[in-house]
Amino acid sequence: MSWWSRIANVFRGPSLSREIDEELQSHIAEGIQQGRDPAEARRAFGSTLRRREESHDIRLVAWLDSLRADAVFGWRQLKKNKVTSAAAILSLALAIGASTSAFRLIDALLLRPLPVADPALLYAISRQEIRLAWDGKTHTYDGWAYPAFRLMRAAVEDQAELIAVSGVNRTDLTYASDQEMEKAHVQYVSGWMFASFGLQPVLGRLLTENDDREPGAHPYAVLSEDYWERRFARSTKVIGRTFRMGGRLYQFVGVCAGPFTGTETGFVTDIFVPTMMNPSVGRSDSTWHETLARLKPGVAAEPVRERLNAVSRAFEAERAKGFTGMSKQSIADWLDQKVLLEPAGAGLSAVQKYYRQPLAALAGLVALVLLITCANVANLMTAQAAARAREMALRVSIGAGRGRLVQLVLIESAWLGLLAAAAGALFAWWSAPFVVGLLDPSGDPVRLSLPADWRVLGFGLALTLGVTLLFGLAPALRASAVKPAATLKGGEDPHSRRRLMHVLIAAQVAFCFLVLYVTGLFVATFDRLSHEPTGFSAERLLTLETVTASPRTAVYWDQVREHLRAVPGVETVALSSRPLLSGYSSNDAVAVDGGAPSEDMAYFLNVSPGWIDAMKIPLIGGRDFRAGDLYPGVAIVSEAFAKRYFQGRNPVGRSFERAGDGGDRMRLQIVGLVRDARYFDMRGPIVPVAYIPFRQLDDKGALRPIGRGTFIVRTAGASPWALAAVLRREVNRARPEFRVSNIETQAEINQGHTVRERLLAMLALFFAGVALLLAGVGLYGVLDYSVLQQRREIGIRLAIGAQPRRIARLVTVEVFSMVLAGALGGLALGMASAHYIASLFYQVKPTDLEVLALPSLAILAAASLAALPAVIHAVRIDPVTALRAE
Amino acid sequence: MPKPDSLQGSLDLLVLKILSRRPRLHGYAIMSAIQDISGEVLRVEEGSLYPALHRMEEAGWIRAEWITKDTGRRARMYELTAAGRKQLSAEESRWQAVTSAVNRVLRTV
Repeated sequence: MSWWSRIANVFRGPSLSREIDEELQSHIAEGIQQGRDPAEARRAFGSTLRRREESHDIRLVAWLDSLRADAVFGWRQLKKNKVTSAAAILSLALAIGASTSAFRLIDALLLRPLPVADPALLYAISRQEIRLAWDGKTHTYDGWAYPAFRLMRAAVEDQAELIAVSGVNRTDLTYASDQEMEKAHVQYVSGWMFASFGLQPVLGRLLTENDDREPGAHPYAVLSEDYWERRFARSTKVIGRTFRMGGRLYQFVGVCAGPFTGTETGFVTDIFVPTMMNPSVGRSDSTWHETLARLKPGVAAEPVRERLNAVSRAFEAERAKGFTGMSKQSIADWLDQKVLLEPAGAGLSAVQKYYRQPLAALAGLVALVLLITCANVANLMTAQAAARAREMALRVSIGAGRGRLVQLVLIESAWLGLLAAAAGALFAWWSAPFVVGLLDPSGDPVRLSLPADWRVLGFGLALTLGVTLLFGLAPALRASAVKPAATLKGGEDPHSRRRLMHVLIAAQVAFCFLVLYVTGLFVATFDRLSHEPTGFSAERLLTLETVTASPRTAVYWDQVREHLRAVPGVETVALSSRPLLSGYSSNDAVAVDGGAPSEDMAYFLNVSPGWIDAMKIPLIGGRDFRAGDLYPGVAIVSEAFAKRYFQGRNPVGRSFERAGDGGDRMRLQIVGLVRDARYFDMRGPIVPVAYIPFRQLDDKGALRPIGRGTFIVRTAGASPWALAAVLRREVNRARPEFRVSNIETQAEINQGHTVRERLLAMLALFFAGVALLLAGVGLYGVLDYSVLQQRREIGIRLAIGAQPRRIARLVTVEVFSMVLAGALGGLALGMASAHYIASLFYQVKPTDLEVLALPSLAILAAASLAALPAVIHAVRIDPVTALRAE
Repeated sequence: MPKPDSLQGSLDLLVLKILSRRPRLHGYAIMSAIQDISGEVLRVEEGSLYPALHRMEEAGWIRAEWITKDTGRRARMYELTAAGRKQLSAEESRWQAVTSAVNRVLRTV
């Protein structure tokens, strides 16, 4: 019995009452049987109804019973107003779903701790330059050279465990012959990382410190469980299996358990190899890995940071002694940097840095849409409560307390909230992976694990509860404050209710304006950026990133180029070390006329003859490279280069020196001048570029073998992809040791630079549409309601000859002043908040006229459209019917 | 809210005691037993017996079972549980303490 039976009895309802009744009746019958007078027996017992109610309340949980009754009643109410309920549920579902989805993304990318032991002890070590860079900001770098790492590790041994992890690289490898290359995500990690993170193998063993001692001596690898499942279907035979990567043979020793897939959130590591296997492990000038620190429990971060700072500085100062190519000032500037130690419990990745602000901005938009929805539903509920004022008054008259009425209305809201949450969960389940899929459309998409666990569930529940209170509490309090005498007479003050609705309308319009305004900024940014001239033509351009089994001289590369030129459908073929805008850059200081090396860097790219023609970069002086041109020897420079180093004078025929870090100088004669083209990014300023021949000589004057290059193919047909498979085959047929490792169209590479802006513009547009629709619907609802309320007044006015124009004015003037107030409020909010996300904008200012005009016009149009039905309704009111109805 | 009955809060004690002597009684029989044994001094207000029985049932002191009588009518029979037996002895000793205290006051003043 007890609690459980009392809860169960709540749901037995009528049968419980029947049972109590039967017992009471059997008592009376027993009395009669014993010979009592039936009337007397009944009188002696008293009111059976009252006893039944008493027993009823004893035998179940009374508050739960009232909750059940209200839930049943609320459900009937929802079914009665099908259209309104469906509209409310759908808009709420969209808003709750979008919010949950945004939370899932933000949680998965930025908040969720790595699945390792004590993630709170994990810190990332980076360096911040003290001086301001060219863009007026201080830059932070998280790359480290291994020799520096080794010194730092030894220096803080007692306070922290330092761990080196490289970025996750999509790498070519093969399990069989070189003809069957495939790609996997490989990460170089310190061998002791696994033990330090408390990770367990599901099969075989993990790497240890002993696997990470001597450069090149430990060709062992560990798979992630995810990759083991995808690639090897959990076969236990994988242990001991070998694969070839970068010309070396590796052997699998184990599979790392479960959810751990590397430290770079946003990418999933397939294969872990020891840092000692990285070719750059011995180099002081290659900052190829990041450094994590796992503080020992109870150790303060600041002393560790100071220690690391001192070691790093000493290391770089020692290294700078070898710099002869840089001026003393730039060396001093360069050394002026500070080591930072920042919490990295959620992992460490460029995706996090790149998407932190956009996701926050999107979350803001989603929150605004949620608020708009809440205001909308609150208005719906208020209008509904008005229609039910008599019912409420009746309830109060027969003794319902205020708390009970609040409960009644809140439970109706809770129904809306719950149904919306269920539909919203479906939306979030679909939309979060959809958005992740948009994060990078090119070859290497972002992968995020998006588990639907207690974090997401808890957020969804809290959100639903909060939202229900937000839109349900005000109408509930208002409904419960009903005064029966006034209401039942039919004369409650209608204006008080409308005031609440008007405030909500103003808030709604303000939020809607804000959403539209920010959307306008994002769309303008995307528009400017995607129409930013690149200086070359990406049309019908295919880039074939090609590798050779072992490096080959340019003669062989040229042979392949000639072979490709003969393939039907190919217009032109050229060669460069990398495509433009691939993100790769190679820069050095430049010295003119034997002077000091420049402070700022010029950028270099190896290209073949015909490349500037294939890219359609206009040649404005001098000539293109010829077959015999070599590096070092000649160069073609860009206008920005001429402007920077030759003060804008024609540089053709003059020469300059490329000054390497080690003090070496390459003399180059300028044979051509070309227009500027975007080199590595779309957003930064145009950089000075020198194009140098693909054919290179080494120190001894022999042709240098080259292991990696990119064929640039302009196709005759409109779709370059049609030729991709053929070209891949033909490269291999021309020379068997050549193999295409990656094919992309130049257009895709260009689009890769606007992924973030496109995502923001797309999602913001979607939310702006939703916000506008909701605000319009809300406005329509309120206007319609106020016409209904003022029906008698309008009827009288019409009866005494008022013009329709005046009636329209009467109906709309209040609401439109609210719209105006809301829009102004939204504008102020927008102006105040825009600078927080200013770094996401490109060539658009928050004060641009068009950015301000568009949301205003859109809201005005939506408001007018929403007002139209109500106005038509108002002027068509028939005075006779309106006045007779009461 | 159950109202205080004429037995000044001792209804529970009486019901438990009766049920401890005679298992399986229905409400009417319990009422009759209290009246008979007390020599018609104690009268149970008929209606308020049932909320009290239901309260004790929810408290787990007694349990109930429907039976069908020879007449074909159903009746709800009550009997004591182990928890009820414990409750009975607690209530009994409390009653003893109160009555002896009252007696002491009556004697001395």
